[in-house]
This record gives sequence, structure tokens and C-alpha cells, in this order.
Amino acid sequence: MRTATRYWLGTAAILAFAVVFIVPFLFILITAMKTQQEAGLLEFTWPTQIVLLDNLREALAARDFILIIAFINSTILTVSSVAIMVIMAAMVGFVLQRRPSRWSGYVNFLVLAGLIIPPAVVPTIWVLQGLGLFRTMPGLILVEVAYGLSFSILLFRAFIATVPRELDEAAIIDGAGPLRLFFRVIFPLLRPVAVTVVVVQSVVVFNDFTHPLYFLPGEQNATVQLTLYNFQSQYETQYNLLFTNILLITIPPLVMYLFFNRQIVAGMTAGAIKG
Amino acid sequence: MAITTTTSSAAPRGAAHARPAGRRPRSPYPAWFFLPAAIIYTIFFLVPTFASFYFSLTRWSLFEFEFIGLENFVQFFREPALVTGLVNTVVYGVVTSALKVVLGLLLGVLLTSQIIARGFLRSVVFFPVLVSTIGVGITFQVLMDPFGGPINEALAAVGITGPGWLTDPSLALLSVALVDVWKGVGLATVIYIAGIVSIPQEYFEAARVDGAGPLHQFRHVLLPLARPATVTVIILSLIGGLRSFDLIWAMTRGGPGFTSDVIASVIYKQYQAGFYGLSTAGNVLLFVLVTAIVLPLSRFLNRKEVEL
Repeated sequence: MRTATRYWLGTAAILAFAVVFIVPFLFILITAMKTQQEAGLLEFTWPTQIVLLDNLREALAARDFILIIAFINSTILTVSSVAIMVIMAAMVGFVLQRRPSRWSGYVNFLVLAGLIIPPAVVPTIWVLQGLGLFRTMPGLILVEVAYGLSFSILLFRAFIATVPRELDEAAIIDGAGPLRLFFRVIFPLLRPVAVTVVVVQSVVVFNDFTHPLYFLPGEQNATVQLTLYNFQSQYETQYNLLFTNILLITIPPLVMYLFFNRQIVAGMTAGAIKG
Repeated sequence: MAITTTTSSAAPRGAAHARPAGRRPRSPYPAWFFLPAAIIYTIFFLVPTFASFYFSLTRWSLFEFEFIGLENFVQFFREPALVTGLVNTVVYGVVTSALKVVLGLLLGVLLTSQIIARGFLRSVVFFPVLVSTIGVGITFQVLMDPFGGPINEALAAVGITGPGWLTDPSLALLSVALVDVWKGVGLATVIYIAGIVSIPQEYFEAARVDGAGPLHQFRHVLLPLARPATVTVIILSLIGGLRSFDLIWAMTRGGPGFTSDVIASVIYKQYQAGFYGLSTAGNVLLFVLVTAIVLPLSRFLNRKEVEL
């Protein structure tokens, strides 16, 4: 009886989940395999002719290979901003956790504020313009770092609490200065949480649409999320290419997910509950 | 937003106090470690935030500005389209947050029970969280097409005439909210799974011994003990929902008319139109709205938790 319910419930759940969560992705895949005429019908049917490779070629080549340029831009953006974010957040998390002082209260407040307050868009453009960084990749990278710091600091601080202080003391007795203590002794121990931060923030930055839209406008600067948006207006009816594009930009998060499934989920929950 | 400052052992405060007046001994935890992060955070987050309070009171072209007092705000509240955006933001935040709590809880319970393919189902629910919001928006825009879109075709097959999900002014905002829930419920579910798994089994056993059925166990054991997860889900999805921009932009552009505009899309539209002061006033309103809703709520929810 109990096993029977279990199987019944399980099967029902699998069916429901398939309809709700898998069908939309299947739709993306199938439409990306169709010819333009067939895709234009927006039907959920198996293609009569599978032209996925042609579509891939065409989507990549469209508008002077803008998608490839966008992939390069997105990679530069994601890698640099996440690298900077991780090192800075780890440093802050380390001192914040190890040395409670009269500053800690303010720092904690600012970290929380960073999570809650919606960024002021146009004044940020004004600041970027003042620094000569508007419409530049470094400008966008720094903005992404600023927006991602809070979440990363929370994760690092919570994890550093579990690293024994005796290690610090041993290193200090051996004559290590702060820099050596942090980068040679502590940072390597933060690997698990660093991986979490890297994976979660990479997904966030890679999928970011709003901030590149505001802070890095212009054709040659497109990131992958923006190509989608440009593409749609240009090829209003070429749904096969549009969905090929969606398919292509879904691959990086998918790969991340396959490799780091556990860490992503752990990081999301840890960050969520702490923050 | 319960932040637990965990200090593993007492800090060597004595050392700090005993330092000789002239020469400071180098602390192994130097304050300048804050510096790089503080500089970036200040320049690119704090300065714009503070500047926004001033610029929201100006007529502004990025190069020159003219102080006009509260005129931007007056204009904001005088234009029905902009007020709609304000109301919609609250509706959107509340609807998505409520649905994520309810569905996340149910899915969390389902996915912690002994059903087959549990691991697979957990992955499936969570995957949309990681996928591009714009990609999801475009896909659902096509799926929800009123004429021959797959969702309405499927409904027609069972004899229901599907509504114009994104073209009906009274439905557009809710349709987008539903897609938001579809995309984000995985995170709520995972948070609930973490919360439910951390409840000691003894509580359920004790309840069972006392004759509590599954419903009683859910109502009187699971629900109160999963409260921290509930608080987290509510706060997180409210913050996200109130700020939401990209999904709405991808699916409706705030239309039809202005019926699905939220503050974030108003901010973008005013920015595009060159009304930088008005756009920034929208930012300030969003700031006020998020703070006014999220801060008291998190304080209230966290206080209740302590009393429990």
C-alpha cells in the first residue's frame, strides 16, 4: 500500500514536472531545429526537416558574427568581475569575521544595504561618465563587482568562521605578515566556498541583462543577453534563429549546472538563509 | 534577513588595548583589507545612491541640471501611467512572493518525501533559476501567443478557449508574474528543502506517537519549524519581485498600454526618453518602496521567530 502510493505519487510528479518544467526547454530545442517557415508557425510539433546545424551556422554568422563577439565580451565580463569579486569579498569577509571592531557594525550594515537597495541607474551612468568609464568594459566590470560584493562577503564571512584561528596564530608565529597569512594560508582553505561564489556569481553576471543594457550600450559591446534582444527586433520572424540563439546562451549555465549542481544549490541556500 | 555574526573564539582584544602609544603593532587582520572593496562599493554603489536623492530633484540632461524641487515626484504622481507602474510593482512583488512561498513549500514537502526520481525532480525544478531571464521571457512570449501559441492550442484541445495571456490588459501583468514564479520557484523549493531537512525526525515521530495524521504533522510540526525558510523566501522574492525588470521587458515592454509597467520599466522608459531627473525620481521611489516594505517586514517576521 505505502509503496504503491509512493510510485503513484512519483509518477504523477514526474509527469507534472515534465509538462511544466521540461516542455518549455523542449520547445526551445525543437524550434531551433526547424526551418524558418516551420518555426514561424510556433507549433509544438516535431520538425519535418532537422536543420539545427544550418541554424547554428546562420545564428553565429548573423550581423557580422555579433554573437561570437558577444560571447567573447560576456566571457571577459564574467571572468574578470567574478575574479575581482571573489578576492575582495574574501579579504573583507576575513577581517570582518576575525577582528570585530567598532567598524564591524557599519560594514555589516553596508553589506546588507547592498543586498536590499536597488541601484540608482542614471546617477551610476553619471559617475561612470565622470570617470571616463561609461560604455567601456572596465566600467561595467567594476559595476558588477560593486553589485556582487554583498552576497559574496556574506558567504565568505560565514565560512571563515569555521576555519580555526589556531592556523592564523601558527602562521603569525612563523613570521607571516597579513598578506602572506591571507593569501598563502587562509585563501587556499576557502576553496569550497570560493567555488560556490564563483559558480553562483558567474551565472548571475553571465545572465545579467539590465546592467549591460544601461552601462554598456552599443552594437560592438553587446553581451550575449543583449544579442537576444537585438536579434529579436532585427529578425522579428526568424524564430528558428532566435531560438537557436537562446539555446546557445543556455549552454554555459547548463554546463555549470552539470558540473557544480551540488555547490550551486548549497551556495544559493546558504546565501539565502544568511542574507 | 537574520545575520548571525559568528565569532569562533574571543578576539584578542587585550592586545589591541595594550599597544604602546607611539608605534602600532601590525595587526594580522589589517583594516586596509576592506579598502579595495570599499573603494569600488563606494564609487559605484554608494555615491550613485546618494546622488540619486539630489538628482531626483532636478531637471537633468547628464551634462547640466537645474534644481526644480519636488516637481519630478509631483509629475510622477500626476500621470496615471506612472502611478499604474507604482501599483503594479506592489502587486507583482506580492503575487510572485506569495506564490513562491506556497508552491515552494508544497514542492519542498514533495521533494523531501520518499518518492521515486527525487534527485532528478529536484534538478529539474531548479534548472530554470540558472537560465537567462530574457531567454525564458521570449520563450514564454511565444508559448503564450494568443493565436496558435502552444499553450492556447493545448487548452483548445481540451475544449477551453485560452485568454490572450499577454495581450489582455487585465491579464498581462499576472501572466508575467506566473512566468516569474515558474522561473524562480526552484530557489524557494531548495530553501524549503534545506529548511525541512534540518528539522529533527524526532519531532515527527513524537507527533505520530501522539496520533497526529500527515495533515496535523504538516500544520503543527513542519510549518512552524520551517519558519526560517519561509521568512527567507518571502524576503528574497519580495526584494526580487519589487525590482523586477528584465522579464517584464522581454515579455510585454510594459504593455499593452502601460498595464504591465512596473517602476523598473518606467525608470528605463524615462531614461530612454532622456528624462534623467524623472527616471532618477523613479529610482528614489523604488528605493523608498523596497525599504518601506522589506525592512519592517523582515523585522516583524524575525521577531515572531524569536517568540516562537
